[in-house]
Amino acid sequence: MIAEKDRKLALSNIAVAYTAFLIGTLCGLLQVFIRNDAIQLPAWLDYYQILTAHGVLLALIFTTFFIFGFFVTGMSKSLGSFGPKVRLVSWLGFYVTLIGTILATAMIVSGEASVLYTFYAPLKASGWYYVGLALFVVGTWLSSFALIGHYMVWRRQNKGQLSPLFAFMTVTTVIMWLIACLGVVATVLFQYIPWAFGWVDTINVELSRSLFWYFGHPLVYFWLLPAYMAWYVIVPKLVGTTVFSDSLARLSFVLFILFSIPVGFHHQLTEPGISNFWKFLQVVLTFMVIIPSLMTAFSMFATFETAGRKNGGKGLFGWFTKLPWKDVRFTSIFVAMAFFIPGGAGGIINASFQLNEVVHNTLWIVGHFHITVGTPVAMTFMGLTFWLIPYLTGRKFTKSMQKLGFVQIITWSVGMLLMSTAQHVLGLLGAPRRTAYSSYNSHASTLDWFDGVLSSHLTMAIGGSILFLSAMLLIYIVVMTMFLSPKAVKEKDFVEFPMADSVKTHTPMFLENWWIWIGIAFALIFVAYAIPLGDMIQHAPPGSKGFKTW
Amino acid sequence: MHLHKYEKIWLVFGIIALAIFLGVVGVSAFSHDHTPAGGMHTIDPEKVNETAPFDKPGVTQIDDDTYQVAIVAMAFGYTAPELKVPAGKEIIFHVTSTDVVHSFTIDNTKVNMMVVPGQITTKSYTFDKPGKYLILCNEYCGTGHHMMFNEIEVY
Repeated sequence: MIAEKDRKLALSNIAVAYTAFLIGTLCGLLQVFIRNDAIQLPAWLDYYQILTAHGVLLALIFTTFFIFGFFVTGMSKSLGSFGPKVRLVSWLGFYVTLIGTILATAMIVSGEASVLYTFYAPLKASGWYYVGLALFVVGTWLSSFALIGHYMVWRRQNKGQLSPLFAFMTVTTVIMWLIACLGVVATVLFQYIPWAFGWVDTINVELSRSLFWYFGHPLVYFWLLPAYMAWYVIVPKLVGTTVFSDSLARLSFVLFILFSIPVGFHHQLTEPGISNFWKFLQVVLTFMVIIPSLMTAFSMFATFETAGRKNGGKGLFGWFTKLPWKDVRFTSIFVAMAFFIPGGAGGIINASFQLNEVVHNTLWIVGHFHITVGTPVAMTFMGLTFWLIPYLTGRKFTKSMQKLGFVQIITWSVGMLLMSTAQHVLGLLGAPRRTAYSSYNSHASTLDWFDGVLSSHLTMAIGGSILFLSAMLLIYIVVMTMFLSPKAVKEKDFVEFPMADSVKTHTPMFLENWWIWIGIAFALIFVAYAIPLGDMIQHAPPGSKGFKTW
Repeated sequence: MHLHKYEKIWLVFGIIALAIFLGVVGVSAFSHDHTPAGGMHTIDPEKVNETAPFDKPGVTQIDDDTYQVAIVAMAFGYTAPELKVPAGKEIIFHVTSTDVVHSFTIDNTKVNMMVVPGQITTKSYTFDKPGKYLILCNEYCGTGHHMMFNEIEVY
């Protein structure tokens, strides 16, 4: 078990994550029923307020706090207890992120910031909303610096050695995060805040959009990489084997530093201000990230097969039945991975230069989001939660909790399958996203969209309701394992941190030479962004005033 | 670095597939001109109504085979008097916004363009079939976002 002070730090992060999860999923439930015309909101509450809260609380707050809770635990486990300085900076990071979160959420709740989590200018929220977002990012930076500091102490004490895989992957992820945040920090500090507080009159809209998406796409990899960490490091232990290939795992993570950032234009394919050449270049760079994903897919199935054969699986697919399906920690993550296959394929469609026009800003994107972040990432986190909280609290993960865990992930999968399939189909038919209603005065086209069995309002509402029930079950499990389950006394009752062994004998040292990767990353970013961003600044139209259209 | 033999096969196959796919997308983009909406022209968002062609929004015939349609998007609608265009002719849409970001999306077509204040978005499209098409905004623009729509008639 890790040091008690580190446990407290990790648990605080996880507690905030699940508080955000509770409110965020409630907002999600309200949304499906409003669109369905089943309920009406009171006059003081607006659909877009709820939509903003849903996006911010689930996609940003839940994920980020959970990720840091997971990182703190794993870094303390793999590198040893935090020193006093690392712990202090970690707490500072936690509180600054929390203050930012509370400030931003307060602005959303008071109706001053119904700008959704993409906050596209020139929609103008209260300046305090942007301050909240800035504090949020600064807080995560402090937490990231603390983790890097802890890693550097280890490196100094273990000269010439490769770090443990978990630590390597944590450092990769936070380096990617730090580089990615530069874009959003630049636009929030130098564009949004001066403009929202009235120090300058206008804002360069296209520049703000491009800086946002410079950050916005790597943001999804910031969610995904911790899930990949669980797949690479935790899953092999759960199925009873070692990491398939240490060097391959490290290489794939390094490729994510290089190729997850210079790709933001693929979110802007259908807009003006960026020439086709630069859009296409970033489409090509976007596709490069498929390579580490293919490597990950190979590693996962290689791990499964190795473990299955070790347990006596015969024939071409016999190993498949020998996997530990009765272990909710494994099954939840396996199902999460399965969702990522259509999720990733959908991502390739979205980023494909011309195909993007078919799905851009339709409900397809919402469906895509729910089977990438909402399932592979969120459900992997759920699978981690089942052992992470008992591990940190020293409580038992009882039989009844394990059963509930199964009910929870099955309902989550079924709900997500219904809802996201409906959203994908509706999007292909043309239904837009981010709308309170989409009947357009009962226009013939819209009646066609919602006519199908899968694409009816009902399917989405049923899916959404099942998801909400599942979310409440999870909250129950979280509360039980955090505060109420019986304490483990006997050795066999203690829950372990399932970290697999990884053999480093074939791993080349240069993989851990960060300066190479950071250098190449910046070179790629320069190639992809310098000229088009320079052009946006030099040939800027007169700026836009702010508008409050809600 | 050690790579498993099957992994090499898998990666080579994957990377070749990727190259072919990008090749198809690239050739179709740059030699067949299949590019998404865009445009590099800027405009003063406060002077849209006095700047051509947005001073006279609507349909203009350029020559026998080409029509131009100028649209101004604003919260929460499109200023465009009756939109009627012929099928089988090239229609060039120019759209801009006087306030926030919107989209100009025609249902059942590939016209799906973002409308950014200060910029002019352009897309060329040829309708195959006559009929009445729904135009809608798919970028969140405020409380009336879901009521922002229009219609274009193709004859």
